[in-house]
Amino acid sequence: MSSQPDVSSRPSSGQAEVDEILDQHDEYKYGFVTDMEQDVLPPGLDESVIRFISAKKDEPEWLLEWRLKAFAAWQKMEEPNWQFVTYADIDYQAISYFAAPKKKLESIDEVDPEILETFEKLGIPLHERAALAGVAVDAVFDSVSVATTFKDKLHDLGIIFCSISEAVREHPELVRQYLGTVVPVTDNYFAALNSAVFTDGSFVYIPKGVKCPMELSTYFRINAANTGQFERTLIIADESSYVSYLEGCTAPVRKENQLHAAVVELVAHTDAKIKYSTVQNWYPGDKDGNGGIYNFVTKRGVCEGDRSHISWTQVETGSAVTWKYPSCVLKGENSVGEFYSVALTNNHQQADTGTKMVHLGKGTTSTIVSKGISAGKGQQTYRGLVSIGPKAHNARNHTQCDSLLLGKECGAHTFPYVDVRNASAVLEHEASTSKISEDQLFYAMQRGLSEEDAVSMIVNGFCKEVFKELPMEFAVEARKLLEVSLEGAVG
Amino acid sequence: MTTPLLELKNVHASVAGTPILKGVNLVVNPGEVHAIMGPNGAGKSTLSKLITGHPDYELTEGQILYKGEDIAEMEPDERARAGIFMSFQYPVEIPGVSTSFFLKAAVNASRRERGEPELDAMDFLKVARTKMKQVGMPGDLLHRAVNEGFSGGEKKKNEIFQMAMLEPTLAVLDETDSGLDVDALRTISEGVNAMRNDERGMVVITHYQRLLDHIVPDFTHILAGGKIVKSGGADLAKQVEASGYEGLA
Ligand SMILES: Nc1ncnc2c1ncn2[C@@H]1O[C@H](COP(=O)(O)OP(=O)(O)OP(=O)(O)O)[C@@H](O)[C@H]1O
Ligand SMILES: [Mg+2]
Repeated sequence: MSSQPDVSSRPSSGQAEVDEILDQHDEYKYGFVTDMEQDVLPPGLDESVIRFISAKKDEPEWLLEWRLKAFAAWQKMEEPNWQFVTYADIDYQAISYFAAPKKKLESIDEVDPEILETFEKLGIPLHERAALAGVAVDAVFDSVSVATTFKDKLHDLGIIFCSISEAVREHPELVRQYLGTVVPVTDNYFAALNSAVFTDGSFVYIPKGVKCPMELSTYFRINAANTGQFERTLIIADESSYVSYLEGCTAPVRKENQLHAAVVELVAHTDAKIKYSTVQNWYPGDKDGNGGIYNFVTKRGVCEGDRSHISWTQVETGSAVTWKYPSCVLKGENSVGEFYSVALTNNHQQADTGTKMVHLGKGTTSTIVSKGISAGKGQQTYRGLVSIGPKAHNARNHTQCDSLLLGKECGAHTFPYVDVRNASAVLEHEASTSKISEDQLFYAMQRGLSEEDAVSMIVNGFCKEVFKELPMEFAVEARKLLEVSLEGAVG
Repeated sequence: MTTPLLELKNVHASVAGTPILKGVNLVVNPGEVHAIMGPNGAGKSTLSKLITGHPDYELTEGQILYKGEDIAEMEPDERARAGIFMSFQYPVEIPGVSTSFFLKAAVNASRRERGEPELDAMDFLKVARTKMKQVGMPGDLLHRAVNEGFSGGEKKKNEIFQMAMLEPTLAVLDETDSGLDVDALRTISEGVNAMRNDERGMVVITHYQRLLDHIVPDFTHILAGGKIVKSGGADLAKQVEASGYEGLA
């Protein structure tokens, strides 16, 4: 019997080919600019800008005060620089903080055909396909929420799904009760900025005992040049309710960098479950690292009640620089936090992402599955914190971080932090870094698959554990997105 | 005279700079089955990877002709879609990719190449089920990740199953018998024999006569020291079994 091990797993000429293919660049598929009359505030930020935004939105006095407080705090704060990314300084006075299509919109039928066309190009037909797919879409086009579908159906169940501006008008008591309770205005530099100038975003409230019968979905898209996008999302799941929320993002190709500093707050009460999925495909910049979105996002959920459950799933393929840590604060007893992530960096993209699981209550459990793929000169960092508080008896965490490298110039870094103050905690950590295997590539190609298809298949296999957490049609989209993003990497 | 399916002319090859093959000549005509035997490390797997275009294996001298054409410049996937198949001595695991997804993509890649319509999921499953039975492969393997956690025998069955699905013109079977139990050996051999026809050529690499009892070759070659040192009919294998390679040299 043969005893020779297979001997073809050394780096070799095949790797050179992968590198060569990595050099070829694919145009960003969603890089078109909608030509449309817009109300744009001139660049610059001071109190008057905040008053303007607040007035434009007919906001109550308390919210204006809240914004001004955040602005005052922000002015005293320093931009963070501990993350493993480098980027040109952001000139906050060069950004315009408000852009809105000129027409006022009452219903989806009034939506500018050009906007609808934009969504069409993005593959998000608001009317029919949303209906067919059973997806209610609250689309954010720059700063104003353009259209909200399925509202009536949701209304019958007592579910509120609307833009945050509308929620401020229609449900001020709810907004006031929860806004800033999960991410306080002074939480961090970008959260403070967002609190001061946020223009739109989504609001979701699921009443007691209601299981939302469809996926709620928002697409964000930055259109106007030089506008930062500061959306604010607030999702509240009351006792024993359930909601699955999907967020997708794209942005047109521009030479300049654009800032995106969103805040997402989730609150899950007793026995409630929130599933939050993101497919992020902001413009990553060109092959040489010019342009692209700075994606500095604060996402946090609090499992307030016992047995509540928050699950974050993210597929991050875009942005020039990503800096985000969707987190869970596990207060309720036996509450559950989950984080499933696929992040892909190609060319000069940089991502510093991960999660924080803060265990406060008894019997709380958390799961972290992070899959990082680096290609080209992409740099990627997983940064995670698992903290177990003194009262969190019998808390458990399982963390798994896998990195896949395509090419020689990319990098993967892992920083898992652990802070345990209760001896009964059980923590497991697994990590791996691998190169795409020559043997796998050859095997697939020997069966007739092109190199590009083979790579995409192997990478998809690597991400399987995360993709299976996504709702069906988003899993398909995520797979396609990965293919498109890899096309830039692999031919 | 028909064009040979495969023709190796004075083939020299090295891997990582070390010469392994030192002048191999071989002609496989359509319809023929050739057995290749030889001691460990003789270069049998090298030969099969050279034919299928593995990037680590360099042709330093000589020619490889497939249907009369020099294939030295063809990529592995182009060769595969042109009808060259290899059953791996060590099949590779691809985690997270289901066997059915993988194989359907592979089958359709070849169909596209030939200008045939692609198989949809239903058609694919129908064909797959029949062929799995033929090679005695358990049905649930189709839904598991490619070779992941498969037993040694299951991996080999999966190789022959893939061959049955891809219907290659030239098949190189590298030690397909190793790791198989007696029953599996018989089932798989029947599967392979069922694929023998006037057009298809096969190169069967093995250490054991027991495979060649089932798949009776038209020719047998002994590869040693990077060369074919002896060729003969089906009987040559029996001689090897009786007296070893030493007795032949
Ligand atoms: N990628 C490689 N790198 C280094 N050496 C290699 C490589 N591939 C093959 N070799 C060497 O080439 C020689 C021939 O190997 P090959 O696998 O072709 O032998 P074989 O005849 O198939 O042996 P077995 O019967 O054990 O399968 C061996 O000495 C082997 O170590
Ligand atoms: Mg071998």
